[in-house]
Amino acid sequence: MNVVTPFEGIGASLRRKEDFRFLQGRGQYTDDINRPGQTHAVMLRSPHAHATIDRIDTAAARAMPGVKAIFTGPDMAAESIGGIPCGWQIHNKDGSPMAEPMHPALALGKVRHVGDPVAVVIAETRSQARDAAEAIVVDYTPLPAVSGTEAALAPGAPQLHEGAPGNLCYDWHIGDKAAQEAAFARAARVVKFETTNNRLVPNAMEPRVAIGDFDSFSGDYTLYTTSQNPHVIRLLMGAFVLHIPESKLRVVAPDVGGGFGSKIYHYAEEAIVTWAAGKVKRPVKWTCERSESFVSDAHGRDHVSTAELALDEQGKILGLKVHTLANMGAYLSTFAPCVPTYLYATLLSGVYSTPVIYAEVKAVFTNTVPVDAYRGAGRPEATYLLERLMDVAAAEAGIDKVEFRRRNFIRPDQFPYQTPVALQYDSGNYHATLDACLETAGWAGFEARRAEAKARGKLRGIGISTYVEACGIAPSAVVGSLGARAGLYEVGVIRVHPTGSVTVLTGAHSHGQGHETTFAQLVAEKLGVPTANVDIVHGDTAKVPFGMGTYGSRSLAVGGSAMDKAMDKIIAKGKRIAAHLMEASVEDIEFERGTFRVAGTDKTKSLTDISLAAYVPHNYPIEEIEPGLEETAFYDPKNFTYPGGCHICEVEIDPDTGHVEVVNFTAVDDVGRVINPMIVEGQVQGGVAQGIGQALLEAAIYDPSGQLISGSFMDYTMPRAGDLPDVGVATHTTLCTHNPLGVKGCGEVGAIGSPPAVMNAVVDALRDYGVRHVEMPATPQKIWGIVNAHRLAAE
Amino acid sequence: MYDFAYHKPASVADAVKILAADPDARPISGGMTLLPALKLRLNKPTAVVDLSGIAELRGVKRDGDSLVIGALTRHYEVATSAEVKASIPTLAAMAATIGDTQVRNRGTIGGSVANNDPSADYPAALLALGATIQTDKRKLAAEDFFTGMFTTALDVGELVTAIHIPIPKKAGYAKMRNPASRYSMAGVFVAQTASGVRVAVNGAGANGVFREKAMEAALAANWSADAVAGVKVDAGLLNGDIHGSAEYRAHLVTVMAKRAVVDAG
Repeated sequence: MNVVTPFEGIGASLRRKEDFRFLQGRGQYTDDINRPGQTHAVMLRSPHAHATIDRIDTAAARAMPGVKAIFTGPDMAAESIGGIPCGWQIHNKDGSPMAEPMHPALALGKVRHVGDPVAVVIAETRSQARDAAEAIVVDYTPLPAVSGTEAALAPGAPQLHEGAPGNLCYDWHIGDKAAQEAAFARAARVVKFETTNNRLVPNAMEPRVAIGDFDSFSGDYTLYTTSQNPHVIRLLMGAFVLHIPESKLRVVAPDVGGGFGSKIYHYAEEAIVTWAAGKVKRPVKWTCERSESFVSDAHGRDHVSTAELALDEQGKILGLKVHTLANMGAYLSTFAPCVPTYLYATLLSGVYSTPVIYAEVKAVFTNTVPVDAYRGAGRPEATYLLERLMDVAAAEAGIDKVEFRRRNFIRPDQFPYQTPVALQYDSGNYHATLDACLETAGWAGFEARRAEAKARGKLRGIGISTYVEACGIAPSAVVGSLGARAGLYEVGVIRVHPTGSVTVLTGAHSHGQGHETTFAQLVAEKLGVPTANVDIVHGDTAKVPFGMGTYGSRSLAVGGSAMDKAMDKIIAKGKRIAAHLMEASVEDIEFERGTFRVAGTDKTKSLTDISLAAYVPHNYPIEEIEPGLEETAFYDPKNFTYPGGCHICEVEIDPDTGHVEVVNFTAVDDVGRVINPMIVEGQVQGGVAQGIGQALLEAAIYDPSGQLISGSFMDYTMPRAGDLPDVGVATHTTLCTHNPLGVKGCGEVGAIGSPPAVMNAVVDALRDYGVRHVEMPATPQKIWGIVNAHRLAAE
Repeated sequence: MYDFAYHKPASVADAVKILAADPDARPISGGMTLLPALKLRLNKPTAVVDLSGIAELRGVKRDGDSLVIGALTRHYEVATSAEVKASIPTLAAMAATIGDTQVRNRGTIGGSVANNDPSADYPAALLALGATIQTDKRKLAAEDFFTGMFTTALDVGELVTAIHIPIPKKAGYAKMRNPASRYSMAGVFVAQTASGVRVAVNGAGANGVFREKAMEAALAANWSADAVAGVKVDAGLLNGDIHGSAEYRAHLVTVMAKRAVVDAG
């Protein structure tokens, strides 16, 4: 009999089931997999940012010990292997499609960024493959390169692709330009603000790995890969690159050690090892090294923006105009085009009742690693631009920054709220999250802390960010109309076994989020099965029906909703079986947490009684119902979900060194219904850590010739424990109105809300230095430069 | 890494013999620099001579007015040595800031000194403390030993065996870490020694660790943070990178010198 403690259901801070194996080193990651007869692949990569390949001589390398095969771009092209596809098509202002240049898995005649793969060596050992890769002779003719976003559009800039004149990928816009111009014409004040959103390297703890396997008897291919969405990889790679029917291709993404977006995309190495396994008739394993990941994993962010905000006399926002340049890198990564458009410009209304918005976005190709979604994807860029602009505008209008925000908030009674940039927010209470955060952070008492810090020689500042984001992606028809080449529903299967334990199959993929616990809690809550008896299966296309994976904080809102729908079907069928067994009418059967009851009586049947009857149908309404107790549901959301909230940051600056320390951080987020508060707290803290990283530490820096200067942890500043405060996390819930669980999503809010809070605090700390803006990251050198310039000016 | 032969001699004499016979062999102590270089295939020695089996090279002892630290003594051992803490507490504190726990339990003082990384902590400490570096064949004063960025007076095949450090009247250290690597971006070690006030700078010099004579003169006249505050460091002698320009480093040297004097008391 199943007995449920109520503490395992929704709202319980259950310890993560999966941590038992992770903390003991028993996780099964892709690199832990070794196939019988496995060979090893090493990629030879371009040292040049831009060059023609005049000749590749592999003769000496082929003769080296252990070498099984060496392949180059022309070898793949000779077998009609397709380019790496892009999953989203943006249209230009004039309605024409974006430039979408061919992205060969292995370079064809030209390399376009440092790290562009040129050849693959397959050998008995990894060391032999490396030796042979060093023996390949490639004659390059270096070409002028361009790495900067603005520089790529300049007249005379080096050109990357024949099909993309001027290096322009697209020139897109959203909103009503005429209305925006009219609003600006009657404004009392227009505040202009320019900023760059720094390029980031995701750096998941686990580097990417791919193993291709080919069964020459069945003709089946298997790819083991570090992916957030194995079905998407199977679809893209099978249909567009390798032309393998999905029935002959299995993709497995086992335990994955962090993704943050960088493991959404279909990467060339996945196609290369799968194809090569078929060529050499042996499994082929590739494990990315850390320095290799810096030049081959998709990067994040990299925008240059100008924003103008029009205000009336009372400080009410009349309109917003934004112009953004977005760096796509050398090729279009899987979802790159949608990040600076539909995941960015649609969020420019923020939490404010801005009546008109017009935004135009140009995406450009440069000789850099492709840029794609990174935790938050577009929404951090929008939030940073808007929340820095709000502080600048408040200061210039002479209005308190909190009051200025409050004055322009969307009020609770305005939901559902239609923004001028396509989205309709279903629920939220921005006043409530603001008030709670101000209270928790001790906003009112800050000046005393500033004075105390000053007595110690430190410059203390406080910063606020009030934000909303759009996640739980997404209604398939909506994104389809916006250029997505995929649906964005999710699938859930609830398999109740004969003795009452449950296996859940989900298309969502866990790579640190704690799905095995949160999803089990949904089952405990609804079906009354103890979480110990609920197993979550994900990450294998041979086991799970076609699902879309995990990104955009969608697993619970979309994947969880699919499970909920499937559980509804289980309950409905269970009621019919229970009605038969208890000789009652099905309308009289009630179900609550594992027990079927004839209403108003003490006649009950447990879920286990029902499941046993379903699989051993001796006494069973076999004429009316099929045996078994397993249900599948596909859930396509009706809208995005809209988590939001308030982040407040306090920093102290050492004016002697320029070092910025985050001394307090408070987050009050509305993530909808909270299933596991401990997991939500961890997700918010992790997101805030990445937000602080972007604000103060991290920067992928290319020199003008396209060499990545910050290409290792010696120069790329990853956040460490000592850089981070103990982040105070609280939630304030308004329910999502359109999914059955009322959930919104919590995976990205930390990275979205926090960077402007940090930077607003930095600027506030420097208020006596006449500083209007500081670009991210606020490194010690940059801050000292500001302090020193001020000192020199005073002398 | 590339293939190489591996030797693990039990004595300095045996190690030196192997190294003398093969100029392309490399000694390895804690391996905190050489191992990453090997893994990245930046270095291709014919043989690696592992010194970790030479017991005589390990340990800290007091010898009159000096500390003698064996070349194979690990950073963790210096950081926690009662002898070091009692006689040169700032040296123990400095050793506790090298790398991370794993590095401190592998890296050795001899390896750090022989490598003479411009951002390493020990070279500045030894230069400021007027230490003597003992090798298998001679003794060298620190200023004669550290000859430039990643270069020393060591001959090919010559091994550091011990460091002799005269115990100072007082000493202090402060450094600004590179935000990414956490190596020193500008570190200053100050000491009042029997031979006068000495100030050495790491992390910033275009030619590696160096003595800052103007600061030494200022502190000799007036041992206080204010005394060094007025000494401007010539940025033209310093290096710059994405984390710190030469001008920023010049400023940091002054700030760290002040803090080092405060640390010394």
